Parts: sequence; C-alpha cells; structure tokens
Amino acid sequence: MYFTSYQFALFLLILFIAYYLVKKKYQWILLLAGSYIFYAFAGIEYLFYFATTTISTYLISQKIKKVKAKQKEYLKANKAELSRAEKKEYKKVMKSKQWHYLLACLLFNFGILGIVKYTDFMIGNINGILSLFNGEPLSFMNFALPMGISFYTFQSMGYIIDVYRGTCEVEDNILKLGLFISFFPQVIQGPISRFKDLSQTLYQEHDFDLKNISFGLQRVLWGFFKKLVIADRILVAVNTLIGDPATYDGIFVLVGMIYYAIELYADFTGGIDITIGVAQMFGVHLTENFDRPYFSKDIAEYWRRWHITMGTWFKDYIFYPLSVNPRMLKFSNWSRKTFPNGIGKRIPVYVSSFIVWFATGIWHGASWNFIVWGLLNAVVICLSEEFKPFYTWFHSHFHVEGKTYYKIFQIGRTFLLMSSLRILDCYRNVPLSFAMFGSMFTKWNLPELWNGALLNLGLSMLDYIIIIVGVLLMLTVSLIQRKGSVREKIYQKPVAVKFLVYYVLIFAIVLFGAYSIGYDASQFIYNQF
Amino acid sequence: MKKKVIIITISICLILSTFFLLQSLLMPKYVSEVPEGSLIAEYYNEDVYDHNVVFVGDCEVYENFSPITLWEEYGIKSYIRGSAQQLIWQSYYLMEETIQYEKPDVIVFNVLSMKYDVPQNEAYNRLNIDGMKWSSSKWNAIQASMTEEESVIDYIFPLLRYHQRWSELTSEDFEYMFGGKPQLSHNGFLMRVDELGVDTIPEAQPLADYQFSDNCYEYLDKMVKLCQDNDIKLVLIKAPSLYPAWYDEWDEQMVQYAKENHVDYINFLNYIDEIGLDFQHDTYDAGLHLNLSGAEKLSRYFGNYLVEKYDIEDSRKDSDSASRWAKKVKFYDDMKEDQYRELEEYGYLKSYGAKEK
Repeated sequence: MYFTSYQFALFLLILFIAYYLVKKKYQWILLLAGSYIFYAFAGIEYLFYFATTTISTYLISQKIKKVKAKQKEYLKANKAELSRAEKKEYKKVMKSKQWHYLLACLLFNFGILGIVKYTDFMIGNINGILSLFNGEPLSFMNFALPMGISFYTFQSMGYIIDVYRGTCEVEDNILKLGLFISFFPQVIQGPISRFKDLSQTLYQEHDFDLKNISFGLQRVLWGFFKKLVIADRILVAVNTLIGDPATYDGIFVLVGMIYYAIELYADFTGGIDITIGVAQMFGVHLTENFDRPYFSKDIAEYWRRWHITMGTWFKDYIFYPLSVNPRMLKFSNWSRKTFPNGIGKRIPVYVSSFIVWFATGIWHGASWNFIVWGLLNAVVICLSEEFKPFYTWFHSHFHVEGKTYYKIFQIGRTFLLMSSLRILDCYRNVPLSFAMFGSMFTKWNLPELWNGALLNLGLSMLDYIIIIVGVLLMLTVSLIQRKGSVREKIYQKPVAVKFLVYYVLIFAIVLFGAYSIGYDASQFIYNQF
Repeated sequence: MKKKVIIITISICLILSTFFLLQSLLMPKYVSEVPEGSLIAEYYNEDVYDHNVVFVGDCEVYENFSPITLWEEYGIKSYIRGSAQQLIWQSYYLMEETIQYEKPDVIVFNVLSMKYDVPQNEAYNRLNIDGMKWSSSKWNAIQASMTEEESVIDYIFPLLRYHQRWSELTSEDFEYMFGGKPQLSHNGFLMRVDELGVDTIPEAQPLADYQFSDNCYEYLDKMVKLCQDNDIKLVLIKAPSLYPAWYDEWDEQMVQYAKENHVDYINFLNYIDEIGLDFQHDTYDAGLHLNLSGAEKLSRYFGNYLVEKYDIEDSRKDSDSASRWAKKVKFYDDMKEDQYRELEEYGYLKSYGAKEK
C-alpha cells in the first residue's frame, strides 16, 4: 500500500476516525494494529521479518536491562565490602556481558538485512571473479526485499545501542516496542527516529486537536503536491535522459543532473512531508529529516541538512564509536607521530569518514554505484578539509565572505557538486556514470538546449510550465521557512486565506498531479532502500 | 466550536462543488469526436421503455442494424445497447440493467465478443461503462472489466481519471458541461452513409486454440438464464462483418451451444446473398462495418425473421408509438440528408467522426 494509492487514503481515513473514537488509552494499540495492517499489504510474509526484529530487539533489551539491574543491585549490596578496583573489574565484566548481548542482536539483525539485501550483490561480484578463471557462476538467491527493512532495522538497532549505552529507557512492553519499530508513516522511508524522541509522543493519549490535525493535513497536501505535481511529472524526462545514454550525452547529462536533483528533492521531501503530516494528524511528532538542503554552502553542511536522521545515525552509531575505538586511538597516536603538520591528526578522522561513507553508500543500495558514490562524498569532504588553508588565504585577500553573490555562488557550487555525485544514482554502472560525466566536457552540443530537443523528452511546454511554477513555489516556501513555520504564518491569517491554501493545494494536486493511468506514481525513490 | 463546524462544513461543500464542476468539465463529451462514447448514455434519454427488441454487443450491432428500418418496415420498436469492443460481461450487465427498465420480447446478442476472455483495454472500458447510470449492474460491470492498471475509484470519481484533460479542452467541453448534448444515434444506431468497398480481406491467422473460454461461457449461460427468468427470447447472432475473422471452429461451438440451450443462433455471414449485401457499396470501411445502405438491408432481412419467428407485433397502428417514432424517423432522415450533403461538400463526413480522405 503506497502513500499515493487510493487504498492508503481509505486506510488512513478509517484509522483516523477510529483513532479519535476509541478510548485514548487504546490509541497506541490501534496505531500498532494499523501499522501491521499497513505493512501486511506489502506482503504477509514480510511480517515475519518485522516480528523477528521486534522480538529479538525486545529480548536483548530485556537481557541488557537485567544485567544492568543485577550490577546495580550487587554494587549496592556490596558497596562497603568491595574495593574500587574490584568494583571496576565487576563493572567491566558486566559491561562485557551487555556488549555480547548487544553484539548478538546487531549481528542477527544486520545479518538479516545483509542476507536479503546484499547476498545477490556479493554473488554478482564473486561470479565476476569466477568468470576471470572460467569458473562456474553461482546462482542468484533473489530474496524478496522486505519494505523499508533498512529503515526499521536501523531504527531498532539504534534503540538497542541506546539501551546498551544507557541513554534511553528500556521499553518493557513488547507491543509498545513493536509500535516504535513499525509505526506505519515512517516505516518505509524514515525518518529514522530515536526511541527517546519518539516514545513519549507515540504512546501518550492524544486529544482531537483541530490545529494539530489541520497542520498535519496541510503538510500531507504539500507532500502530495511535491510528489505528484513536480517529482512524478519531471520523472518522465529523467527516465528518458538516463534510459538512453547513447543519445543523451553532453549537455543532456547536465540537464539530467538538474532534473534528477529536482525530482529527488520533491520526491523524498514530499514523502517525508506526507510521513510527518500523517503522524501529526495522529498527534505524533516525528523528527525533521530536511532543513532546506539545497541552500547549503558546502557539502558538509549539505549532509547536515539532507536526510538528517540517517546522517546523525551514522555519526552517533558508527563515526563516534569508531573514532574512540581503542584500535583507532592507537592508530591515531601512530599517525600523529608519523605525519607532522596536522595531517597526522586528520588522517584517523578521514579513515573514519571513509568507513562511514562506505556504509552510507552501501546502505543506499547493493551496488558499486552507491559504494563509489559514498566514497566520493568522503573524498570531497576530506578534500574540502585539506583546502581549508587555501580558503583562509582566499578570504584574507578577497573579501567576499558573507556577500550575497558569494553565498549564491557557494549554494550553486554545492548544488552542482552534489548533483554530479548523484550521476552514480542514475546510470546502470560506474564506468558508464563516469563516461557520461566526462561527456559533459567532451561533447559540445549546447544548441540542444534551445533547438526544441528538451520538448522531446516526454514533457510538453505545459508540463515545463507546471514544473517551473512548482519549483518556484518550493523555493518560495523554503525562503519563507527561514523566518519560521509557514503553517504557523498561515494559521495567523483569516479563515478565507486558510481555506484558499487548502483549496489551491487540493485542486493543484487533482488537476496537475501526474497520477492515474499513464503515470507511475506508485513508488517513492526512498521506498527502495 | 459551532462557528468552526460551520466554516469546515462550508469549506467542504465548496471543495466538493468545485470537484464536481471540474468533473463535469473534464469528462470527455464524445460529440464531434469518438461519438461511440455517447451511445450507452443515450438510452436514458428514451421517453418510454417499451422496445420489442433490444440488441447488445459491440460495433457489429450499433453499426450494422437500423432500428428505424425495423420500425418503418415492420413496426418493430428496437434499441441497440451497443458500444465499441463491448465485452461479453459488459453485454450481460447491460442486459441486466436494461431489464430493470423494460422487458423486451427479444434480446439479440452479437457473439463476436466470445473471443475475449479477459479485460482488454481501459479506453474501451471507459466507452462502455462511463455512460451507464449507477446501479449494481454498473458496479459489477466495472469489477469484471477492469484491467490491472485500473482502479475502481477512477470510475466513482472520473475526474481522477480525466484530470489531465485540462490541456485539451475544447468549446464542446464547456458547452455540454451541464448536459444538453445533441442526440447522435438513432436508438443506438450510429449512421454512416459513406462507402469504402472491400479491396482485400485480411487473412485469418490460424489460432493455437479455438476453444472459447469457460469465463465467456459462464456469461453466456447467465444471459440465457436471465432471459429465461424474464420470459425473454434470446437470439445469438454473428453480424455479417467480413473481419475480424469468425472462424468455423467458433461457429461450430456457437451452433452447438444454441442447440443445447434451445436458443436461436444466426450467423449472417452465411446469408450475405439473401440479405443482398454488396460489399463494394454497403460498407464504409472495407468490410469491417456496414454503412447505412448495408444496415438497412440487414435490418429488413432480420426484421422479417423476427416477425416470422417471434411474432412481434406491429406497433405502427399504436398512435402513441407512431407519433414518438415519427420524430425519430424525421431525425434519421434529416441526418441522412445532412450526411449526403457533407459527403458532397467535403468528400467525407466531417461532423460525424470520419477521417478526411
């Protein structure tokens, strides 16, 4: 059941009415039932994966809790008898126990993710090597990928790591934990929530709050506008451009990069708007996943503003633990001694960055395209770090810092850089992606921009007008957002204005949305991860 | 709170009103283009539902039989509930719906659609179903007809299907937004007076399997039962269109079925000479469909059969019927005259959905 399906609208309506009709103490149970029903539409068999992750996470969290409680009890009971060293030793033993439980949980759940998502990728690579030695190729397993497995696995593993670290409460009710892992609006494309952020708002009793509901509904409509009016309309041209690289090279690659940047933004942020809006209609407040990323002035900033919850997950659960890992600290010491002038200090950070970006790449998909994309992100981030002395020199000689035109240059540069990296997301393999990127500089077919070729990509002049108006609207909303919530501003306006917002959004979606027969509006790009 | 409820109610009413206004505007009107799309809905314009004979089926009924000829020659009041590529389940549900309006003496079903086992094409589904009034028959017709890509909600709210038509609106869409469309058919008959003689008939390709499907037979059984339950005679026909091919193996199955179920089956392809059809002059598209001349010849022949076999009364003596049908005849004659005029003036039927030659 996709967000853009009629079934979802009906499902949502029924669940919404029931949610505010049942006794408030049962609301979370209804959400859990709704979430499982929603997930079951993707395939009853996938509930098995879902339940496995929930049960394993619950059992291990309880084990860790017991170890922590036992430790606390023992230390309290033997406070006087134990020396400081003995206490430390005892704590170490108990921490090791917790670590083993945690490790078992991580291996089990990431193992499931790895098997269903990456087995065929591994087999493909092994077959590639075997073919060099005329070996018999292995058969592909063709596992069906459960919907949103990367998202709910990361969310539940984030929880178990927090339990291990003691930074969140342990949930004793398996059904409540099940709801945290399965909450239907976010299960297929995030955001990846933290238990301490989501649990309270998820389990508490919610009144029928008209303001909250109307805010949620506005956000849902805005999400549908972005998805159906902009993303799915421009998708036709994107598919044409990347589907025929032999024809569409040179300047078309640049056009494709820009179109894809628009499509991806409208698609992913639109999906997240629907997610957050739907949750808000049920009184649940989810973490924001975007902060106007295309206004970023450098790539590091971009990654702090794009898919925020994924970025912070990798930072908190991989980058930081990796950086303080004893082996890494040892390597860091060695590096500092070996390489002078600060580079030795930065090398361990770069190593951690490359590992994190490798993981980020492979999280996005089981292909070399994503791995290379992730590593290139790391390269760009590390290079920009290395260029810092040059930037300092540049700014001391050219006083452009803070100037509007320089900000625009920085924003444009970051946009183009990120769009260039995303080429790997479009073409079917790494060599082709690089070849297409290279063609921008070797094939001079600039006249294609004005000779009418852009009207042969599946978009008419009217389609372009709709897309341009839609993009300008997104831009305007982003600019207004800099000064606070757009919905709060609308809320302060007279009733007629509020009505007009709904009216325009609804009919813009109904009339200009790329849906129904002839369009494939079924899948959000991030559903595939 | 009361104020909020009023505001929300008014807002919802405004949004719904706009929705239905847009739906009326954007739904295809099927007047100067694809007039076949108007056929199903025109049935509801009838003043009196007292037809002796009702036809159901695809283009082989609405192009090949003339109810006006049946009236003028035999006093038979008939109506054709035909539509483009009407599938057998659509014919059945139209038959079922028709019986809610009237109980004809005879229902005639053209069996060409027996060859289609599964839903075929969304565009034809729309031509067949959009025009039906809401009823359980329409609902069932939708359920039986939908292709995989279709959704029932698009039939309930056609705006969701036709929303992209905003870029191709014509003056007709505004003119007929609230109804008032001109009558295009003559009791379901779509008139064409132009001619295009048969040059070559496409060769029939051998099939791997000639057996009609169980699904089609089930609907045929339902038709037989529906007619029996309502004391209506069912006549199965195969119209004399030269192609698409009607295989001997198919014909044998129909002969056998008719025999087993005690219904009549007439394959008009076997009576072309008796009917007097001349495929150099009696077809407007080289044998696929008959033109007016061909339809009138076929109707004369079939009318005689209906009167002789089923003793259908001559209603021309009934003054009410006569006065109603006189208007229909006049409309028929006027259109005939207008089509001949256009043919002479433009060389093709410019206003009747024909393509310029």
